Amino acid sequence: MSAADNTTAPPSQASRRLVFNILRYNPNDPASVPHMQAFTVEEADSMTLFIALNDIREHQDPSLQFDFVCRAGICGSCAMMVNGRPRLACRTLTRDLPAEITLAPLPFFELIGDLSVNTGKWMRAMSERLETWLHAKESEIDLCRIEARMDPDVAEQIYEMDRCVECGCCVAACGTAQMRKDFVGAVGLGKIARFRLDTRDARTDDDYYELIGDDTGVFGCMSLLACHDVCPKSLPLQTQIAFLRRKMAAQGLQGLPVVGRRLTSSTC
Amino acid sequence: MCIIPRYVAINDGARMSSETIMIHAGLAERPRRSRWPARLDLLQSISGLLLVLFMFGHMFFVSSILFGETAMWTITKLFEGYFFFGKSYPWLVSCIVGAVALLFVMHAMLAMRKFPINFRQWRTIRAHAKVMRHEDSTLWVWQAYTGFLLFFLASAHLYQMFFWPHEIGPYASADRVWSDGLWPFYIAALLAVELHGGIGLYRLAIKWGWPNAPRAALRKVKWALTGFFLVLGLLSLGAYMKIGHAHRDHVGERYTPAWAAEQDAQREGRQ
Repeated sequence: MSAADNTTAPPSQASRRLVFNILRYNPNDPASVPHMQAFTVEEADSMTLFIALNDIREHQDPSLQFDFVCRAGICGSCAMMVNGRPRLACRTLTRDLPAEITLAPLPFFELIGDLSVNTGKWMRAMSERLETWLHAKESEIDLCRIEARMDPDVAEQIYEMDRCVECGCCVAACGTAQMRKDFVGAVGLGKIARFRLDTRDARTDDDYYELIGDDTGVFGCMSLLACHDVCPKSLPLQTQIAFLRRKMAAQGLQGLPVVGRRLTSSTC
Repeated sequence: MCIIPRYVAINDGARMSSETIMIHAGLAERPRRSRWPARLDLLQSISGLLLVLFMFGHMFFVSSILFGETAMWTITKLFEGYFFFGKSYPWLVSCIVGAVALLFVMHAMLAMRKFPINFRQWRTIRAHAKVMRHEDSTLWVWQAYTGFLLFFLASAHLYQMFFWPHEIGPYASADRVWSDGLWPFYIAALLAVELHGGIGLYRLAIKWGWPNAPRAALRKVKWALTGFFLVLGLLSLGAYMKIGHAHRDHVGERYTPAWAAEQDAQREGRQ
């Protein structure tokens, strides 16, 4: 919205009194018991959950724990369950929500306290497990040689998947991940899809199968697609996971006598 | 590279494959990951697809009763080979039932892997569906519930059809529905199978990315299919109940159109 719109907009209706029901719990305090605590905040114009939570911490309860870094939907630290759905608090305007707002930490991840969870620890482990870094084709890097060109369309597709901020919303929204803690989630599958696109990466589908070819990987996905629906960066997770599933299923056919031989000869 | 013999002798002189020993030692994924998870995933989808297509066809055959007793009798006799061999062979129906039953058992075995298998998982997925209020997630919970129901309902139905294939017909089926009091069973089975199949077909499309249509459109098609087959199923069941009610004093009597009865009598006379 432009500044002009702001000045010409009619004075907002009487500001609402927002009630925040926040899940409070400190796992480091043996005396702490998980409970819901209500806070009332006067709604301000263009208020985000980030602003509201800081208001509560500043004026009502300094012990309230939550995470923020960038306030602009880039760092992915402030994901939390907002009225039952994972969202980035910094990009959620209170005016889009009812007057009663329930906040809870993301499930699945290690709880630090109240709304703060350690997504980084899990993301790191996932990255190490799925080797989500470029496996360059050349073993020796020659700085004098001109870099191989990349098709702009491919670069665009890689960029699209690279927009993931590892906020954890997709994992928190995933029914499979809630039931099975070893599932790599849409974030992990999305990263594999990203490196699979990359022409500089030496890995083949055979290598990717080693990483995601079982029920903790792509075959664990039950296509509930909440990941796709809640992704704050609107990544095309539905099509990417379906694509990976087809490629990895083709790998599974390779060991079979007839189909497998044909597939193997066409991919080698 | 394999430095151990493929078969190894064990204590009592029996032999087991070195692969089995490695699986048991928890080293099955070294050095190469099994291709079976991919195949099982494919088999689950293919068996589900075949079953749902079968169910659509099945519903059309069953609903032939809406066009009258003769229409349903013709369909029944068609499957019994009457129009090909001039005589009914109900065991042909048993063969089809057997094949469907095998497919069903395979699908159940594969799909079971996705079920919540303990209290914690069950409680979590229920809370997840309630908290998220996300249609596709909630639909999955329904798919799991109806799938679980079908373990019993479909098994019972397949068992009955396999061993008593000759008891399928306008009067025989109507008597089963009404005089044997099985109509509540059929309502439950109809609801379970149409919900499960409809959701399953929709999920297959989004799982494999084909047809690559917007999800909202696929969901509409899904509900339209479920609605259509539920209405068709309920209408057919109503027809069987009506015929069964009218036929309640003649349980055991079989329907045969006049011309077929005549033909049969002529053939018997010739013999």
